[in-house]
Amino acid sequence: MSDLLVRGPSEPEPTEDQERRLLEVTIGRSRRVRNRLATVWMYASFVAVVIPLGFIVGYVVAKGLSVLSVDWFTKPLAIISSQPGGGMAPAIVGTLVITFWAAAMAVPLGVLGAVYLHEYGGKGRLARLIRFMSDVMTGVPSIVMGLFIYTIWTLRFGLSGFAGSLALGCLMLPIVIRSTEEMLRLVPDDLRMASYALGNRKWRTIITVVLPAALGGIVSGVMLAVARAAGETAPLLFLIGASRTVNWDAFTGPNSALSLQIFTNATTPFAAAQNRAWGAALTLVGLVFILTIIARVVAARFSLKHQ
Amino acid sequence: MTPDQTTAAQPTVDAPVTVTPAERVIEPTPSAEPAPVVFDVRDLNVYYGAFRAIRDANLQIHRNEVTAFIGPSGCGKSTMLRCFDRMNDLIEGARVEGSIRYHGVDLYGDKIDPVEVRKRIGMVFQKPNPFPKSIYDNIAFGPRLAGIKGDMHEIVERALRQAALWDEVKDRLKKSAIGLSGGQQQRLCIARAIAVAPEVILMDEPCSALDPIATARVEDLMQELKSRYTIVIVTHNMQQAARVSDRTAFFTTEVNETSDTRTGVLVEYDVTDKMFSNPTDERTENYVTGRFG
Repeated sequence: MSDLLVRGPSEPEPTEDQERRLLEVTIGRSRRVRNRLATVWMYASFVAVVIPLGFIVGYVVAKGLSVLSVDWFTKPLAIISSQPGGGMAPAIVGTLVITFWAAAMAVPLGVLGAVYLHEYGGKGRLARLIRFMSDVMTGVPSIVMGLFIYTIWTLRFGLSGFAGSLALGCLMLPIVIRSTEEMLRLVPDDLRMASYALGNRKWRTIITVVLPAALGGIVSGVMLAVARAAGETAPLLFLIGASRTVNWDAFTGPNSALSLQIFTNATTPFAAAQNRAWGAALTLVGLVFILTIIARVVAARFSLKHQ
Repeated sequence: MTPDQTTAAQPTVDAPVTVTPAERVIEPTPSAEPAPVVFDVRDLNVYYGAFRAIRDANLQIHRNEVTAFIGPSGCGKSTMLRCFDRMNDLIEGARVEGSIRYHGVDLYGDKIDPVEVRKRIGMVFQKPNPFPKSIYDNIAFGPRLAGIKGDMHEIVERALRQAALWDEVKDRLKKSAIGLSGGQQQRLCIARAIAVAPEVILMDEPCSALDPIATARVEDLMQELKSRYTIVIVTHNMQQAARVSDRTAFFTTEVNETSDTRTGVLVEYDVTDKMFSNPTDERTENYVTGRFG
């Protein structure tokens, strides 16, 4: 390299113009064009992704905001759906209760399953089988999951919010397992070694080092699963029945859910009911949004990562 | 990364050290009265599956000394180090033959719990690996685990002072350890190891990821620590071994006749001064004078 810079005495000094051209050659024309194309492509993709998102949120807010009121959050469902009035309290409570029980079953089971798969099972036969079954479970259509719960639970115990929780829990489980396992994989082995070297046992290393280090990612995965479950409609259609009043008890009596209210109201020909569907959609989006923020704040409390 | 980069980049973080590596004096250990033996290694063979990583090693580690393992890559020096706290157990297929006696107790005896071994013998790794927790929680991790009762603040402060880190971090004990510079992280890892008051500290190339100033601080630290602890260090850096250690073991690789693999062998083990000035084995001389290969 250096002898390239040493010029012989006979060689003339390059002119400014020559030097400029020498520098320009290093960024060739085709390279600049490709760079520009790739940049434009990326920005265009970004815009293409954001536009529908913006429209969905904007449209739901614009259409749904008009029906929101104190009554909306406190009153039981309207008796005559073609007329304005009534509230959405039973559906809000129903969605909260059903999603809560679904998460209460799926999250601990899913996280523990992922801990087994990554920390203990590894590449063993059982672990591979479970991983495969979990992937298959991800692909099961939600209505099929609903039918499954209908045959094994609802036919015997009747309609209840908990039947819906079972179906939603089954839908959440593979998502939680997959995302948690991915997050455990991201925890560097150095940390496990540091813990073992201090005389920490394996199970305790997982609890005190590995899970806290992966907590942020695990919470993200869980919230993804919760969001999906909260919006799920098909399995609830024949599992939870219909309740016009608030039912906090998931185990007895029919219940209601926001997603079901969107479905039933939106499919009527009445303007008042359709507005109600928009309101329920906005409430559901807001609910998931609030839950996500709460989960993030709680997770940030527990994991001090890069403060 | 995160906002911590700013803290890590502050020039005041690693205060300049006035002592340059060349000026530091090595205190020779009085050889008239050899220190008590901590580890007694007899006919040690280590295998990874069918592959033999170390063949027939014999050596003794003495108390309150710094012992350095030097040698080329793949010569088994790290493997040997990891036998002392049974970290090799965590590697699938690793197997140890022969014996390592720790104060007369066979570390690989049937009734020995490796976890209990690791509580008594601390380890510092090549890459600084603080937990993504606060500085305080990093140090308190081991003592809490061991169920040590007493003033945790005092334990944390003592460990950080011993690791020459206290003055730099005392105002931000609740901040994340990830925000420290590489040299500080490594000293934090040393503090974490000594917080549980082990007898031995094993260091696996503790300075290879550090800059020269941070390296000098860690080396100074080893000199201070050896009055309380027994230190075994693996290093690629011969100058470092010459600077910090009382005894040096030189490992090299030998090609196996039956297969195309290489096995680590312990060539020579002696007082450091002798190893670097007047080694017995020709291979040691070639290595320490840079004529290796």
